[in-house]
Amino acid sequence: MTTHAVHTLAVEAATIGYDDRVVVHDMTLEVPAGKITTIVGANACGKSTLLRAMARLLKVKAGRVLLDGAPIDSIPSRDVATVLGLLPQTPVSPEGIAVADLVGRGRYPHQGWFRRWTPQDDAAVESALRATDTLDLADRPVDELSGGQRQRVWIAMALAQETDVLLLDEPTTFLDVAHQVEVLDLLTDLNRAQGTTIVMVLHDLNLAARYTDHLVALREGRLVAQGAPAQVVTPALVAEVFGMSAEVVPDPVSGAPLVVPIGRHHAGDGVTGRRRELASRTLA
Amino acid sequence: MTRTLDRPAPVGTVAAGRRARLRRRRAVLTGLALLLLVVVVVTLCVGERSYSPLEVLRVLLGEQVPGATFTVETLRLPRMLTGLLVGVAFGMGGVVFQTMLRNPLASPDIIGISAGSSAAAVLAITLLGVTGPALSVLAVVCGIGVAAAIYALSWRRGVHGARLVLIGIAVGAMLDSVISYAMTRAGVYDANEALRWLTGSLNSAFWPGVGPLAAAMAVLVPLLLVLSRRLSALQLGDDAAAALGVRPDRARLTLLVVAVALIAVATAVTGPIAFVAFLAGPIAHRLVRGTGLLLVPAGLVGALLVLVGDLVGQHLLTARFPVGVVTGVLGAPYLLWLLATTNRSGGSL
Repeated sequence: MTTHAVHTLAVEAATIGYDDRVVVHDMTLEVPAGKITTIVGANACGKSTLLRAMARLLKVKAGRVLLDGAPIDSIPSRDVATVLGLLPQTPVSPEGIAVADLVGRGRYPHQGWFRRWTPQDDAAVESALRATDTLDLADRPVDELSGGQRQRVWIAMALAQETDVLLLDEPTTFLDVAHQVEVLDLLTDLNRAQGTTIVMVLHDLNLAARYTDHLVALREGRLVAQGAPAQVVTPALVAEVFGMSAEVVPDPVSGAPLVVPIGRHHAGDGVTGRRRELASRTLA
Repeated sequence: MTRTLDRPAPVGTVAAGRRARLRRRRAVLTGLALLLLVVVVVTLCVGERSYSPLEVLRVLLGEQVPGATFTVETLRLPRMLTGLLVGVAFGMGGVVFQTMLRNPLASPDIIGISAGSSAAAVLAITLLGVTGPALSVLAVVCGIGVAAAIYALSWRRGVHGARLVLIGIAVGAMLDSVISYAMTRAGVYDANEALRWLTGSLNSAFWPGVGPLAAAMAVLVPLLLVLSRRLSALQLGDDAAAALGVRPDRARLTLLVVAVALIAVATAVTGPIAFVAFLAGPIAHRLVRGTGLLLVPAGLVGALLVLVGDLVGQHLLTARFPVGVVTGVLGAPYLLWLLATTNRSGGSL
């Protein structure tokens, strides 16, 4: 296991879509190595599509996705899988499979046609379970777990793959807020301890702003802004990306930008004149 | 949570749990194999005239035992071997479909692939007068052709299990009507010959059929076992499989081709033995639950179903019934039960 990411992932003038429908237009993006990058945007803005293309699940229509400088679809899929892992949005667990066995499936790219299970594989599974705090669930059937536990188990499977780059498609969906924070803390640990490059799609702009080094904002399939959240997250950006007026204040815990939506009701209820003014401006 | 990511974890719990599951799996497989051995011995010994296992063993070792040599060597041995091999083929072929499409209904005998082989054979017998090896080859080719057609018809940006099942059932219904039509046009002798292609029977299992069947399976079964690692990746969904370095569409197609070939080869020898492909996987699943892929256990269960079904059909009922009738009686209630409960549990293999 390397202790710092040496692999690079980039998207170059890529057009991505399904059949005749283009979802992402002319996208150029360089993922900073060893950092946490988060793609945000409104529903259907193409953020998952972009991530799927980066994970080679979707062929780009034009342009390229480059892994270590080479077009990703020119590299054997198995080789890509030793460098780049993915947590899909809706993976399926075979009925009755034990947690440790499911996590063990992550070892696939490290095994040859006839190579048997080795102690290294056991060690990788065990450390993935430990990292996701699911070691005590190892022998339980996945079917019996709660949503939060199951999500951690899937993340453990991606960890067992031991890749330097990890892509996650909405890793916090189906989770309550405590589990969302727990998963993001876990990814931060992983990034800090091993320098794993993380790219994820998140719905929650505030969690994204707090847990991200590099924020990528999309609107209707185009790049609107990218950079450190402190620079990127502004009322103007929130308006452009989500079509919503909001105030941005420093998050009292981390100092990261915190987006406070204004909405049509409640704004100004017993608070400062500035907010009342903001609210009336929104209503006008 | 404290992290120990950069420190290699001591191997303990995980390995122990994995070994325990492996032991459970081995125990079940050993049990199935022993049971199969018993059934094989009974099949060879019991009949209108029964012989002791010792006599049968002497025949197998090449000794001439009056009476027994003919019965065992010429009649029972090829029948047993055929039943064993087609049972393995139906069981393994069926469970590949069920696992890959994540639907226990997606068995080749439900979704019209076996019907493809049958329809081709019945048409060839009744309308073209084809017999012998040419007939078998035709049945194999048409089974594969029908599978390809079903696959193509259900293709819409990838293949979805439920869609394939529904299209397969429709194709199967169409083929059944083709069979019915051909049967009404057939003479008595032809109809009798064609009947084998409808229920599946070991009655015409003799030595000439065993060789080609064994040869085909000697290629297909190891191939399937090598491909099984991809099957276990596909089980996690296409995206997860791709993330692990498996190309989902290519892997699925390869697996389907091998599974269809297995089913078609077996169907060409005995006809579609009802519900063996359909039942073997779910039974195996109950037995080895959660301890890995079902290919090998389903193969063993398939062989058991065919041999036990044939024993029952031959000796335990008032009249002699082809094995397909017996397995059909077993399978139909399960199909009903599955249809009634499937949506409630949403389960898959």
